Amino acid sequence: MLLPFFMVRTGRRLHTVEIESMESLEAIKSAAIVAVGQASTPQELEQLRVEYLGKKGALTALLKTLGGLSAEERPKAGALINAVKQELSEVLNARKAQLEQAVLQQKLEAEKIDVTLPGRGVDMGGLHPITRTIQRVEDFFTGMGFSVAEGPEIEDDYHNFEALNIPAHHPARAMHDTFYIDDTHVLRTHTSGVQIRTMESREPPLRIICPGRVYRCDSDLTHSPMFHQIEGLLVDERSSFADLKGLLEAFMQAFFERDDLAVRFRPSYFPFTEPSAEVDIQCVKCGGEGCRVCSHTGWLEVLGCGMVNPRVFEMSGIDTERFTGFAFGLGVERLAMLRYGIGDLRLNFDNDLRFLSQFQ
Amino acid sequence: MIFSEQWLREWVNPNLSAEMLAEQLTMAGLEVDAVTPVAGSFEGVVVAEIVSAEQHPDADKLRVCTVNAGEETVQIVCGAPNARVGLKAPLARLGAVLPGNFKIKKAKLRGLESQGMLCAAAELTLSEESDGLLELASDAPVGQDLRDYLALNDVTLELGLTPNRADCLGIAGIARDVAVLNQLMACEPPVEPVQPTIDTTFPVEVKASAQCPRYLGRVIENVDLTATTPLFMAERLRRSGLRTIDPVVDVTNYVMLELGQPLHAFDFNELSGGIVVRESMPNESMTLLDGSEIQLTEGTLVIADHQRPLALAGIMGGVNSGVTSATRAIFLESAFFTPTLIAGRARGYGLHTDASHRYERGVDWQLQRRAIERATELLLEVTGGSAGAITEIVSNEHLPGQSTLVLRAERIERVLGLAMPEDEVTRILQGLGFDVTYDGSSSWSCIAPSWRFDMSQEVDLIEELARVHGYNRLPSSHIEAKLQVTPVSESQRSLRTLRQGLVSRGFQEAITFSFVAPEQQAVFWPETNAIKVKNPISSEMSEMRLGLLAGLAGAVAHNVKRQNSRVRLFETGSRFTPGQPYAEQAMLAMAMSGTKATENWANDNSRSDFFDMKGEIEQMLSPTGAEVGFSTACHAGLHDGQTANVSVNGTVIGFLGTVHPLAAQQLDIPPHTVFAELDLNAVRQGRIPSYEDISRFPETRRDIAVVVARSLEVGALLSAVREIAGATLADLKLFDIYTGSGVGEDQKSVAMGLTFRDSSRTLDDEEVSSIVNQVIDFLKEKFNAELRA
Repeated sequence: MLLPFFMVRTGRRLHTVEIESMESLEAIKSAAIVAVGQASTPQELEQLRVEYLGKKGALTALLKTLGGLSAEERPKAGALINAVKQELSEVLNARKAQLEQAVLQQKLEAEKIDVTLPGRGVDMGGLHPITRTIQRVEDFFTGMGFSVAEGPEIEDDYHNFEALNIPAHHPARAMHDTFYIDDTHVLRTHTSGVQIRTMESREPPLRIICPGRVYRCDSDLTHSPMFHQIEGLLVDERSSFADLKGLLEAFMQAFFERDDLAVRFRPSYFPFTEPSAEVDIQCVKCGGEGCRVCSHTGWLEVLGCGMVNPRVFEMSGIDTERFTGFAFGLGVERLAMLRYGIGDLRLNFDNDLRFLSQFQ
Repeated sequence: MIFSEQWLREWVNPNLSAEMLAEQLTMAGLEVDAVTPVAGSFEGVVVAEIVSAEQHPDADKLRVCTVNAGEETVQIVCGAPNARVGLKAPLARLGAVLPGNFKIKKAKLRGLESQGMLCAAAELTLSEESDGLLELASDAPVGQDLRDYLALNDVTLELGLTPNRADCLGIAGIARDVAVLNQLMACEPPVEPVQPTIDTTFPVEVKASAQCPRYLGRVIENVDLTATTPLFMAERLRRSGLRTIDPVVDVTNYVMLELGQPLHAFDFNELSGGIVVRESMPNESMTLLDGSEIQLTEGTLVIADHQRPLALAGIMGGVNSGVTSATRAIFLESAFFTPTLIAGRARGYGLHTDASHRYERGVDWQLQRRAIERATELLLEVTGGSAGAITEIVSNEHLPGQSTLVLRAERIERVLGLAMPEDEVTRILQGLGFDVTYDGSSSWSCIAPSWRFDMSQEVDLIEELARVHGYNRLPSSHIEAKLQVTPVSESQRSLRTLRQGLVSRGFQEAITFSFVAPEQQAVFWPETNAIKVKNPISSEMSEMRLGLLAGLAGAVAHNVKRQNSRVRLFETGSRFTPGQPYAEQAMLAMAMSGTKATENWANDNSRSDFFDMKGEIEQMLSPTGAEVGFSTACHAGLHDGQTANVSVNGTVIGFLGTVHPLAAQQLDIPPHTVFAELDLNAVRQGRIPSYEDISRFPETRRDIAVVVARSLEVGALLSAVREIAGATLADLKLFDIYTGSGVGEDQKSVAMGLTFRDSSRTLDDEEVSSIVNQVIDFLKEKFNAELRA
């Protein structure tokens, strides 16, 4: 509706410009500013721009009338008109920006979402706590220059027992509760066989750890017929029980992230190590005060270890005068359960998602 | 080994509390599993004598006793059947407190006052049950506090001994270790040889001298089996967990606990001809003391007489030659059996006895004479009788013998990381019974004592030093080693990366047992023989898995049963196949059941299916850089129309498929569950990227849709397109499969986007059109495909 109105007005001015040009300039300006202020869409603004500043617009028309003025008046009037032109242009731009901002704002309002709705996408799975624990132990020892070795789970009698200085009928075999496959093969009762295979095939110095499944014919609240072990072996020209102690103390403290964790070594017996030790750590639950977890002793038995028995070296062809070494065996379930507070061993093998999903 | 603390303290008495002693033993390698008081807590109980016992006037079963309690005589009303005049029994006096905080007060029983209570053993927690008053010895001092009289302020220590420490299966051995640990001397009760007072002997012949290098025996006549085992002995046996049986068995058990030497007594009058130590012959059988009848395996070492086997040597005696209350004369045996030759025998007969436990681990081979003398001495004291001379048969060549071990100071330091002073080394080893000679500079010659069977190497001695010195007093240090580079191949992806990828895509790792139930396994591998475990825990765990699916299906069932209908699991691990040698192959298995995404407001909640699993596999195999193929296949337990083999560069590496509806029923899992099982090593293949120039020229895409038979495998169609389009085909996308109106009943429309590009020039329209036309023509010819308008 505004459009025809201005057309009419400007049309009239065109005929009287000679006399009233400066007066009409002011009028055009005020009318234009009012019109711009009232414009409510970018389209209307563009229309106004054309009307006033376009090739056929009012101000352009005024400029064309300058020819009728004297040489003195002409530049002065021209400057005035241009100034108005400039001013109008700025007013238009400002209003345009304002309107665009409003339009954008409206669009954003319309696009508002409920940010509290749950996100879209796939759930994260997770590693089994046993794997998580093995990886953590691996990281520690590979950082110390150990490499990871693997071996068969159906192991021959030689690698599972004989080569580890456990001959047939040795009372230590009774400690193993072995699953038999046939007369000469067993489900490995420990991953120590991997050490033997490594010593048979590689020359010292050796630094390996062997994680894996092991089997014992025993099943109750605290025994699983299948569980996981990480066996470590270091063979070098100078390695001593002191090194073994230092390494395992540091490992236990690193694993439980407790610099002050007390670690103690108790003499024990394994046919394949000599001297042999069991390692206890201060109970991580009660801090050594005594609780149900540590059977009120303040200590938790976590691993067995020792200096490799020279007999084992001899059987694997390693020079016992030149080399010494040590080995250790960690129970992964035990470490995982202590670390994560898992109370029941059997949970590890139920594969219940309500359990597994807690270890993301 | 369970023993009384007081008994040990008779031998060696360190200034340590029971708890500290237990700690010390544990830290010296003799792990104490339990410290238990020998009796519950009670006070105010004394030795008393029944002076008179009258029938209660108003109660049939009660007696009114006058009881001498030492300082006073009191009236006690008592219901015990054995309350009789002259009996000495424990009396809880007024004010006494019995176990369970039970206070003794003055009481009236059927009108008569009882000034205390006469006690049974069970009431004092001295035994589990008892029928009547605890009968004390006739010489028990009236008025003495019972705790003092029975020495009840004592604990038992239970040792969990390692197999190498058989020397500590007797008080003597434990005392020896405790003495060394505390730098004390153990004092052993002196054993005087018993001079024979009768001429009776019994011939002994050892035919199996390798297995029995030493055998001693003697006859003791006129023994009185009705004698009572002395209180101190009965109490010590009880505290070691042994019941009293008869005086002869009690004495032999007592000496075994004291010195570590198992002994056996035969009823002399049941023996015929002489003792023969021999291997069993074919078809021999015997009845053991525990009543079990056994068929002897040929070659089993037996103690026999001239007619029959009498005992399983070192394991258990036979019932026919056993001592009974009627026995008047015994033949007492003290032998040494070679541990390595008899190990495992007892287990072979399903037996495990105190004797076999000791013999298999090793009994001091010089102990037999002392033990038989000690037992004779005690027997004569308890049962009376007269002993004959000892018959001893020895085969020196078969005795373990004593070798000299050399211990080098340098080696001690090298193994332990500690230089140990010369005098400490000597002191420790001598204290443990070694015959030690120091060479004055850097080494020791050591002869191990006859009770140690675990001393054959230098390092065995070093272990003893470490143990007695204390492991926790040994230094600890940082390992020093030359660093080496560990080569890591880039063409193999780590298991860790692979697992992490699966985890990121929503899979949860499972760990299932390597042994499974045969019927579960048969669902997927009905035709294959699995490796069987000879001694499984149960039939559910009796076959080694032929693949990971049976276990994983179990895990799916477990979760679905617990209202967890969306399950995505994977497992990595070995499968086991029969053969020589047994084959183990690392596998990756996956299971998918339930909706594509967890239930939500935004996505579609449709169920995941075959193609979701296939997508996972495609994604997983993409970094191998290999040509991955899927082809229609059949697999037991899987859906006949929804199963495929997966191949990499033409080699089949596994399969995937929807579970067969019948298998789903059998396995108790949802019918839409999809499984996959792949060779893990094939999946782990990676590739070293090799850069190819990025084309500077634009690409052109043409979309075509063709109508083909519905049964046509799209894989074949796509392969054909690739083959005909040639090298300029940069990418081929399948973007729609349509069936329905506008397409024939048995047909489907397949829409593909073909992207063309050349690395050296811009392809012009005509060229591209010509290729596309060739493709269309070929499809028409080969698959009878119609271009869809």
